[in-house]
Amino acid sequence: MSGVPRFWRSIDNRYRLVGTRCKNCGEIYFPPRVVCPKCRRKGEMEEVELSGRGEIYTYSVVRVPPEGFEEKAPYVVAIVKLEEGPLVTGMIVDCDPGEIDIGTPVEAVFRRVSEDGEDGVIYYSLEFRPVRDEE
Amino acid sequence: MKRDVAIVGVGMTKFGELWDKSFDDLFVEAGLEALEDAGMSGDEIEAMFVGNMSAGRFIDQEHVASLIADRSGMNPIPCTRVEAACASGGLAVRQAIMAVASGMYDVVLAGGVEKMTDVTTEEATATLATAADQEWEAFHGVTFPALYAMIARRHMHEYGTTREHLALPPVKNHRNATKNPKAQFQFEITVEQVIESPLVADPLRLLDCSPVSDGAAAVIVCPLEMAKEFTDTPIVVRATAQASDSLALHDREDITTLRATVEAARSAYKQAGIEPEDVDVAEVHDCFSIAELIAVEDLGFVEKGEAGEAYYEGMFEIDSDYVAVNPSGGLKAKGHPVGASGVAQVVEIVEQLRGEAGKRQVDGAEIGLTHNVGGSGGTVVVHIFERGD
Repeated sequence: MSGVPRFWRSIDNRYRLVGTRCKNCGEIYFPPRVVCPKCRRKGEMEEVELSGRGEIYTYSVVRVPPEGFEEKAPYVVAIVKLEEGPLVTGMIVDCDPGEIDIGTPVEAVFRRVSEDGEDGVIYYSLEFRPVRDEE
Repeated sequence: MKRDVAIVGVGMTKFGELWDKSFDDLFVEAGLEALEDAGMSGDEIEAMFVGNMSAGRFIDQEHVASLIADRSGMNPIPCTRVEAACASGGLAVRQAIMAVASGMYDVVLAGGVEKMTDVTTEEATATLATAADQEWEAFHGVTFPALYAMIARRHMHEYGTTREHLALPPVKNHRNATKNPKAQFQFEITVEQVIESPLVADPLRLLDCSPVSDGAAAVIVCPLEMAKEFTDTPIVVRATAQASDSLALHDREDITTLRATVEAARSAYKQAGIEPEDVDVAEVHDCFSIAELIAVEDLGFVEKGEAGEAYYEGMFEIDSDYVAVNPSGGLKAKGHPVGASGVAQVVEIVEQLRGEAGKRQVDGAEIGLTHNVGGSGGTVVVHIFERGD
């Protein structure tokens, strides 16, 4: 990712998990969509804020990172099934890779993700962490 | 198709880390070899389509259609670049077939090229990740291997696929590549070596992954009725199919299957009037070990979830009575210059159906299939070919 406007446009989605719901069929989408793929022109979208709670649907541990993530590796990435239904991709933070499995409950947590070099944009977003019983 | 189309010439460079060759060198070499194969001077070609994923990031050059027409000495005929990540090559072949089938042109060259080794591994990794959803996948540090790793993890969870199952396609493909003089890795590997190779994105390891490669490939198509002017063994295009799916993996109902493969294959089998078991030889998109396992399932060669065990039975070996899969060595061992791979798959099938594949020849191959995937399955192109004599 690069550029201030591109990031700024998605701040509501990244900071508050704002997705969209189709008023016609009720399907919830995150990331948000302008057009419902099921209803197409018959659909109408409204914004919906998601809870950020869900469970791990699948995951991996990135050992060979792309540019900008060198200092974070190894790190866990996952597709999380949110309790409202949609699946969403994110990083699983505050954990040891060994404690993660399919079905592990997670919750959204605000984190610094990456930056565009020393003088560039610092990207923040909601990511996920395991829900721990004692908390 | 409004008129039948045949392939009358094929060419490709060796695939590998070709430090002494430029982007243009690669394309011109493959194109000239295809012309020589078809017995053409070059004057016969009326249009070109070129598959290329990311010259802009790999060599800082866009407008590569112009570059290629220019360096190939082909001006002023039209040259068009097509892009669908790793399916760019298959898509270029499809554009050429459609251009001839429609009657717009008679003789068209489809090529594919990628020069990947002029950048660092980190840059190449980031560039390949642009085939994924930049805003909602790559933003979170998800790499391309990580996407397929997440497919693998879920496939293991739902179907009991094992770590050893994952190692079987790469082992087979390396063995096949020892018989392919143009392959990047002409040596065998063992299951143990795959399982003990360094982790890239759990559960995928280095030897589960196709390499970073340079290379180019080209094919020449014309109406079937003209084909005998150029070759004694025209290869007939029996089907050309393409399907789309969500760019991001998380938007799919089932990530253990590539719906675009299922849809494109269904269309292709219908066009050709054949069933999956009629295919003698297939080049499938094995960018990662798990990708070949789900490809043989989604193409209908085995039931969903049963691919792993089928490898133990040798169902996909060159000497199999069933279907030989990736006799060239596949993307894993032949190499994966992304824009070229889809075209190189067609080159291999044409050589197989002509009976010119040398030590890796599949005996009596009459029907061949190619399967080219863009990204994590957002675009899939499937072709079916048949020997036409």
